[in-house]
Amino acid sequence: MEIKICGPGCSKCTEAERLVSKTVNETGFQATVTKVEDFAEIAKLGVFSTPAVVIDGQIKCVGKVPTRKEVLEWLK
Amino acid sequence: MEPSENAPPSCCADNIKEKTSTESAPRWRKFLSAGAILISWFVIYKQLLPFSHFFTYSVLDFEKGSHLGGSIQFFVYDTPKVLMLLTLVVYGVGVIRSFFTPERTRKILAEKRESVGNVLAAHLGIVTPFCSCSAVPLFIGFVTAGVPLGVTFSFLIAAPMVNEIALVLLYGLLGWKVAVLYLVTGLLVAIVAGWIIGRLGLENHIEDWVLEIRTNADDVPGDTLSWNDRFMHGWQAVKDIVGKVWIYVVAGIAVGAVIHGYVPEGFMASIMGKDAWWSVPAAVFIGIPMYSNAAGIVPVIHALLEKGAALGTVLAFMMSVIALSLPEMIILRKVLKPRLIGVFIGVVGSGILLVGYLFNLVI
Repeated sequence: MEIKICGPGCSKCTEAERLVSKTVNETGFQATVTKVEDFAEIAKLGVFSTPAVVIDGQIKCVGKVPTRKEVLEWLK
Repeated sequence: MEPSENAPPSCCADNIKEKTSTESAPRWRKFLSAGAILISWFVIYKQLLPFSHFFTYSVLDFEKGSHLGGSIQFFVYDTPKVLMLLTLVVYGVGVIRSFFTPERTRKILAEKRESVGNVLAAHLGIVTPFCSCSAVPLFIGFVTAGVPLGVTFSFLIAAPMVNEIALVLLYGLLGWKVAVLYLVTGLLVAIVAGWIIGRLGLENHIEDWVLEIRTNADDVPGDTLSWNDRFMHGWQAVKDIVGKVWIYVVAGIAVGAVIHGYVPEGFMASIMGKDAWWSVPAAVFIGIPMYSNAAGIVPVIHALLEKGAALGTVLAFMMSVIALSLPEMIILRKVLKPRLIGVFIGVVGSGILLVGYLFNLVI
């Protein structure tokens, strides 16, 4: 599973990345978490409201920091 | 965007059926407690002014009319007042915003003609939730889905400038007339500036890589929020926004309090008064590179006005500080060529300048 966190680097984006990484680590789930900061890359993923979470090419959440519960739901 | 069918329960979309069945029973209780909270809010709010006088002149025993007493009373009254107003309005706007998403706004704007589009874009800029660092992705998302450049700019100008925080602070500290004036002129600047930028045909001054991207405005995720989710949205907004800006509000009011108590009446009249014709351009010029959010700037403006600064000059200063800033230009440079940035600053700056002169002339 490939998880991408889109965000140019504001506090909300950093928080989203921290939360997702932490949740992935805690559950021991096999997934790579990468942060996408380049605007062109973000646009190519189809995201235009940050922070956003993209899992295996599917947009899960845009424009807000997800809750822990939501992240756990996506990892199932 | 988020596919609405066959998708696992995603962001914000919980199982609604489950929710309503467990929550319909104590619903009347929720309404009651919401009502009780609102009533106590008003009762406390009404007591703030007498309390500030009692606290400053009776408890702390300052002499009425003394500099320090005046400053303290100002601070003790304004801080809770502004924070209470802010909490209430941010909550309400948070609930309203749960009905709007950037995707839906884009869909609406992609289908509109330019003039109508500019007007709509400026208004949607107020209610569409978006974080300031989203400006560039949002710009790309709008332009590549067929929203005209000028309409996109109307949105990008209005969104930061006309917001609930600025309006609450203006209402709380300067009264509803100034707040309405700011709302109307802020929208006008965004509409007209966006329209002019659209007329100038500067599409080729967008960076080339942006124009190669194609996105579709029809990708709109379904709305599956329950009322309960929307109320939670409001609380989240209060936690996010009030939790972040309260420190600016307090600092701003503290500066305002010092000016209120110590700077002599009419001190600002010579520098920022109506008769100093150069004060409006000077205010805009100083304001453009500066960056502050509305929360920090309004209390200072309040104090300046009190000491004889002209309303037009002060509003022009506030608009240029919030709407145009150096950090924003640096970020926008990634998608706009320098000439378009220049035009953007020039058009918006001139609009603000006009607003400043107009008010100084009329009021």
